[in-house]
Amino acid sequence: MFRKLALSTAVALGLATGGAYAAGEGGHVEDYDFSFEGPFGTYDQMQLQRGLQIYTEVCSACHGLRYVPFRTLADEGGPQFPEDQVRAYAAQNFEIYDDELEDFRPATPTDHFPANTSVGAPDLSLMAKARAGFHGPYGTGLSQLFNGMGGAEYIASVLTGYTGETKEEAGTTFYENHAFSTGWISMAPPLAGEDVEFADGHPNELHHEAQDIAAFLMWAAEPKMMARKHAGFVGVLFLTLLSVLLYLTNKRIWRPIKHKDA
Amino acid sequence: MSGIPHDHYEPKTGPERWLHKRLPIVGLLYDTIMIPTPKNLNWMWIWGIILTFCLVLQIATGIVLVMHYTPHVDMAFASVEHIMRDVNGGFMLRYLHANGASLFFVAVYLHIFRGLYYGSYKSPREVTWIIGMLIYLCMMGTAFMGYVLPWGQMSFWGATVITGLFGAIPLIGEPIQTWLLGGPAVDNATLNRFFSLHYLLPFVIAALVAVHIWAFHSTGNNNPTGVDVRRGSKAEAEKDTVPFWPYYVIKDVFALAVILAVFWAIVGFMPNYLGHPDNYIEANPLSTPAHIVPEWYFLPFYAILRAFTSEVWVVQIASAITGGIVDAKFFGVLAMFGAIIAMALAPWLDTSSVRSGKYRPQFKWWFWLLVIDFIALMWLGAMPAEEPYASFSLIGAAYWFGYFFVILPLLGVFEKPLPQPATIEEDFEAHYGKSSEKGATSATPAE
Repeated sequence: MFRKLALSTAVALGLATGGAYAAGEGGHVEDYDFSFEGPFGTYDQMQLQRGLQIYTEVCSACHGLRYVPFRTLADEGGPQFPEDQVRAYAAQNFEIYDDELEDFRPATPTDHFPANTSVGAPDLSLMAKARAGFHGPYGTGLSQLFNGMGGAEYIASVLTGYTGETKEEAGTTFYENHAFSTGWISMAPPLAGEDVEFADGHPNELHHEAQDIAAFLMWAAEPKMMARKHAGFVGVLFLTLLSVLLYLTNKRIWRPIKHKDA
Repeated sequence: MSGIPHDHYEPKTGPERWLHKRLPIVGLLYDTIMIPTPKNLNWMWIWGIILTFCLVLQIATGIVLVMHYTPHVDMAFASVEHIMRDVNGGFMLRYLHANGASLFFVAVYLHIFRGLYYGSYKSPREVTWIIGMLIYLCMMGTAFMGYVLPWGQMSFWGATVITGLFGAIPLIGEPIQTWLLGGPAVDNATLNRFFSLHYLLPFVIAALVAVHIWAFHSTGNNNPTGVDVRRGSKAEAEKDTVPFWPYYVIKDVFALAVILAVFWAIVGFMPNYLGHPDNYIEANPLSTPAHIVPEWYFLPFYAILRAFTSEVWVVQIASAITGGIVDAKFFGVLAMFGAIIAMALAPWLDTSSVRSGKYRPQFKWWFWLLVIDFIALMWLGAMPAEEPYASFSLIGAAYWFGYFFVILPLLGVFEKPLPQPATIEEDFEAHYGKSSEKGATSATPAE
């Protein structure tokens, strides 16, 4: 009985996934493990720094980060570079159009990352919050209670989801991608693995790079996550304690009314 | 104030007497806070306090958010990010405000369904019920306009779809829509007026809440038995009631603390769970999102709106009778508002003389089916407009109307109610034992 059930479940699952792939459909998001998941998860500072390097060397060619100020790269709970490094990083890598000078000048920590420079490439400041990786079961989104929203997982899945197939439609090339909602994305595979050399010799295979940039973009979208979870933890603890005290107060006040003293 | 006899405020010192003669405000507060309240209220009677708290929370966080927000189509989205990134504690303020709306609606739905089960809407509390429905409508308006302010994709397209509903009204629809939007489409004028009204409506709600409380303080609270408090004398009334302070204040504050602990966990650990990812993309009139979905608290009525397509026979008949004036779109709009009006008419549709659902054996089943129907419609509202969801929505919508317009009127005639306790005291003592001889019924606070 149980074997039969397990077997039919396995077959059903096999059919479901097989079908999804065969039809060239997308939306298959891998549930990567990230350090910032769960109520106590925190950003991995080194991973955010690696992610910034990937963004700078690869993504920034087309994508902007218009809502992220350079100075926040030095903030606690982020990549947390020393301030002089942030200043040097901004000045060396980015030029900002200054309305007063009516010319471009090197970026300073108080500037934001430039907006996107390439037509059609969306800004990445909030990408990790603007996509959900998980929607089930039955479209209720209840699984997000356990898995999180899955924005970072979605980004990492898209970056690793290319199959190598391409097609052309109305003069635009589309690349087959299991993670992208329609199954065909207009972005050429941005990462192939070993695109970036990390100073500390950290592995740079495709799936490592994909997770690093996804983690960095999660930070870019939610830079105050660590402070928020801290506030959450303190608040829940305080309110739980308060609830216990109020419970005891309530019980005591009502005792004579409920005749329990008699 | 209350028709239930109880002690009133007596000014004792010189200054108190001086003030009381000129403005009896202390007396008013005393009567409000010391109101005799049925002593058998259960945990479903906490939602009023939770709702009051929500209103204060939303106004307090909202006032600070306004200090940093810019109501302009080019700057609104960026100003929200400014709040999230640069304003001290801004991310908490915004997440509290956004999730506070959800807590508000969780509480109001539980409050409404409590009223429906225990017959709180029945005579003499019809006015309380109607004012409550007005508050609920204002809440929906406020929440809808608040969701437009961040100027994300779902803000823009939600506003486009919902204001489009008014355009479905025959003849006068399109001028009304243009008037609401301040132009032919959702744009800067729309954002500005929504911002203005989003700030105004909470204070309208606050005024309605005051009247709501005034109304049920005049009739007295309902209670799980639905049996009236005895009002023959003060001594008699005191057997059925306790003063609101401290008994219910402490009980309600305890419940509030527990609920806030859960709420705070959501804000701290998963603040975007109830929101929609698309709203982190700036509004773009040229790009329509794949699914335009309202916030969860609108979904049941959104499902009813979409249930009536042109293939439904009721719609076809309505269209034939009116010569096409009532088309599927307009019918859907009528159904959606009708679903709320049906609820508001409950006091006159329910023919049963028994107030509380506790003593109505058949009513209970229909009531819980209505709760399931509501949850099912909420799920269906989030699903794409295709089969089988469309048919399910139609069944769900039919039951919603059937409950109010058929079941409630008929049950009162055919149902045989169970015996009710003679007094609240009797019900209370059935739970907690007989009172001891020495006046345990006295309503003085402990110690």
